[in-house]
Amino acid sequence: MKKTILGFAVLGVYGIYSIGVRHQHPTIAPPSSLQGTKLNSTLAKTSSSAGGSGSSGSSAPPSKPKGIYRDGTYTGSVANAYYGNVQTAVTIRGGRIVDVKFLQYPNSHSTSVYINEQAMPYLKQETIQAQNSNVQIITGATFTSEAFIQSLQSALAKA
Amino acid sequence: MRQTEIIMGMPITIEIIDKVPRAIVADLFSFFRGVDRRFSPYKDDSELAKINQGLPQAKWSKEMKQVMRLSEQTKQITHGYFDINRGGKLDPSGLVKGWSIAQAAQRLKRRGLENFYIDAGGDIQAEGHAAKGEVWSVGIRNPFKIDEIVKVLNISGKGVATSGAYIRGEHVYDPLNNYASPQGVASITVISNDIFDADRFATAAYAMGRQGINLIRQLPGFEAYQINSDGKAIYTPGFEAYVA
Repeated sequence: MKKTILGFAVLGVYGIYSIGVRHQHPTIAPPSSLQGTKLNSTLAKTSSSAGGSGSSGSSAPPSKPKGIYRDGTYTGSVANAYYGNVQTAVTIRGGRIVDVKFLQYPNSHSTSVYINEQAMPYLKQETIQAQNSNVQIITGATFTSEAFIQSLQSALAKA
Repeated sequence: MRQTEIIMGMPITIEIIDKVPRAIVADLFSFFRGVDRRFSPYKDDSELAKINQGLPQAKWSKEMKQVMRLSEQTKQITHGYFDINRGGKLDPSGLVKGWSIAQAAQRLKRRGLENFYIDAGGDIQAEGHAAKGEVWSVGIRNPFKIDEIVKVLNISGKGVATSGAYIRGEHVYDPLNNYASPQGVASITVISNDIFDADRFATAAYAMGRQGINLIRQLPGFEAYQINSDGKAIYTPGFEAYVA
């Protein structure tokens, strides 16, 4: 019941909101490859966690230690990232991952409208700063990275 | 008692301060495994997969009908920014996580439990207090540095969800612009009474790009902390009340 009331409230508020905002829906082009150096640690972490109960769905994650992949370029499965599909191709040279490319990345609704400071007098701004990390629970994004890792794992399973 | 299992490809942690039999926690994990079996877009024999292969609506489970109804409702509220239809296939993953956490929390409340949290892949419902009577402390992960916390929140009786971009090294990969963009959004964290609402609106807000915080600001009872890919955060005024 509370949820229904909230739902209607939200609908009303959103209606008002949408009158004031112009939505644009540009299509985005496929990305170039990602550059970075932290891939191995990311993979190691993922392999151990995804191997936990084996209930994550797609093919089993590779359990090979790094450095034993066969050279070549391997294309991963298409994984769903909610915003759209993610597909990766991984290039192995000298037994190591040297590149990961996105063959598909989500096209999604997006907007290039800048926040109009005048229209939003109540928002505040700050530069993010590291805090004492002594917390009980951590909130953070997982969605797209899961799909990325899933596609990457299936690519590596072929290597 | 605290326990973690990997289900739906993500760690799910349940901590209950009140003394409870182990079976209660086991029961919750089996609930999450059931959700995975029913709603997984990756399992060929899930109910969702069967629906995408043409299972008629009359044969859908009660849970599936509810999730589909909520998905449609969310799509309308968000003017299509939340949409489970992808190339003719339905995938309500963007809502199922929050929905299942909310369901699990309800199960504990129905048993009279007041002090616990449920965390599924960084989306959280936290109730009552932690072990020493303090409210739960929830850290917002730095989307630029995975092992760093940029905000510590005091949370009790609330849901907290974060939606964001893929993180790699120092770069945020922005799906809206396809590159590490100074104009994009790295993550948006939403606080609401209920994790179901926090999760679905965090998802929709993130899909809107920098305007996302604008959506949350106008939802009564919701607060948000949006980290843009230039390292600047924008937040709703009521958010400060939760900052430790």
